Amino acid sequence: MDDNKKSKIQLPAWGWLIISFLAALALWFFLSVNEKTARSFPFLPAILQALGTVIERGILAEDFISSMISVISGFALGFVTAVPVAFLMAWYLPVRNILEPWIQFIRNIPPLAYVPLVVIAVGVGRKPQIIVIWLATFLIMTVTIYQGVRNVDETLLKAARVLGAKDKDLFVKVVFPATTPFILTAVRLGVSVALTTLIAAESTGASAGMGMRIRSFSNSFEVAPMLLYIILIGIIGITSEKIIKTLERKLTGWQEKREV
Amino acid sequence: MAGEERSVKVRIDHVEKIYDGRKGKMVALNGVDLDIYENEFICVVGPSGCGKSTLLNIIAGLLEPTSGAVYVNGKKVEGTGPERGVVFQQYALFPWLTVMKNVMFGLKLKGIPDDQAREIAMKYIRMVQLEDFVDAYPKELSGGMKQRVAIARAYAVQPEVLLMDEPFGALDAQTRTQLQSELTRTWQEEKKTCFFITHDVEEAIILGTKVIVMSARPGRIKTVIDIDLPYPRTQDLKMQKEFLDLKARIWGEVYQEFLEVRQ
Repeated sequence: MDDNKKSKIQLPAWGWLIISFLAALALWFFLSVNEKTARSFPFLPAILQALGTVIERGILAEDFISSMISVISGFALGFVTAVPVAFLMAWYLPVRNILEPWIQFIRNIPPLAYVPLVVIAVGVGRKPQIIVIWLATFLIMTVTIYQGVRNVDETLLKAARVLGAKDKDLFVKVVFPATTPFILTAVRLGVSVALTTLIAAESTGASAGMGMRIRSFSNSFEVAPMLLYIILIGIIGITSEKIIKTLERKLTGWQEKREV
Repeated sequence: MAGEERSVKVRIDHVEKIYDGRKGKMVALNGVDLDIYENEFICVVGPSGCGKSTLLNIIAGLLEPTSGAVYVNGKKVEGTGPERGVVFQQYALFPWLTVMKNVMFGLKLKGIPDDQAREIAMKYIRMVQLEDFVDAYPKELSGGMKQRVAIARAYAVQPEVLLMDEPFGALDAQTRTQLQSELTRTWQEEKKTCFFITHDVEEAIILGTKVIVMSARPGRIKTVIDIDLPYPRTQDLKMQKEFLDLKARIWGEVYQEFLEVRQ
């Protein structure tokens, strides 16, 4: 039975992608003509027209660059702080005992909730954006890398030691490569969190940015460019994930099991 | 063997190991004394929990004895050292390195230049017959092949003493007998002082020049049996009377320990 079903619909991956795309387009078209949803879902021509307008007015480039500056700086800060903290937590019990409960606690608070607090503390502008993205990416990456360091196989450390490895060699030649898959997973999760946090971060009175622009379009009821921006954020997200996944495959193909 | 002048390679001098567990103190090793001569192949058998792995880890320098000491070439063991190589049951290959890079690992740490290290590594990869897999990653190898790489890696740094902790324990019976034959052949080609832990009595007799039976709780040496079977030893030996007599005797000793542990 199962085999029969499978053999009926054999298509290459790109075939399915096209079907999936057409199905979404059909649904979108339906939403755009349906009376109740027409106002929120203008169809493709209106979106393309909006794309032309935002490019012409130069705001798309401005917003994109502004958002990327925040995302990249916040993420980079998150990464360079998460790596040492994760290693310290994995190696020193007091560090772990003091930090871990708070990391878990803050990690469960949606960034949108503490954005106003950060704005009160440091004022409006780019600063609060970077701080919020930093915090959110730092937390998720610390937890992931920490788990990786703790997961390093004890026998590999023993094997390296009997082959003559000193403490420094153990770190460079065993702990670091063994942790690489987790570091890359952390990067992937971190980038994704950075993008989702961006919108919250830009609600802090930014002068440009993808998230800020969506708000301002919303205030002036410009639905087509708003929907365009939402789609663009999705495209940025999936592109960065694909890039990192390719990187993961290249760098950690030696793994026995692949994580999804 | 008698009459041959041989020096003591490893001296285990009243080694005691006590673990502080949650349920109080646990004596793992209770005053173990043993002299291992150069080029001897010692096989250690005993019920699980008799401290044989603990003893191996102490000789390797991965564990410290609570009291007593181990001397290699008359020098007290403090930490790991290049003169002692270890092969673990779980292979312990670095999964991110190819077969070649795994075997080169210890050589690079010694500061041997790349091309020279590669040459030495290749010699030992050939010895374990994996020359077609130099660029393969561990995940592409079977269990038996992985353990061959581990043996080549241990040999490559040219230790004087080779410590093996149930290296064939996780392999199927066929692969195991194959690797036993390969190991005796390798050992004859390039003699080393070996300390080999196993729970398989046949394996101990096929490989060892001496079999040591350990007793459990607290772990100590119960019996030392010389295996005077001629080399090269093949699997046919397992059908011969001397072999079967030895097997019955050692098996009896181990079984007695096993029963005591169960009580």
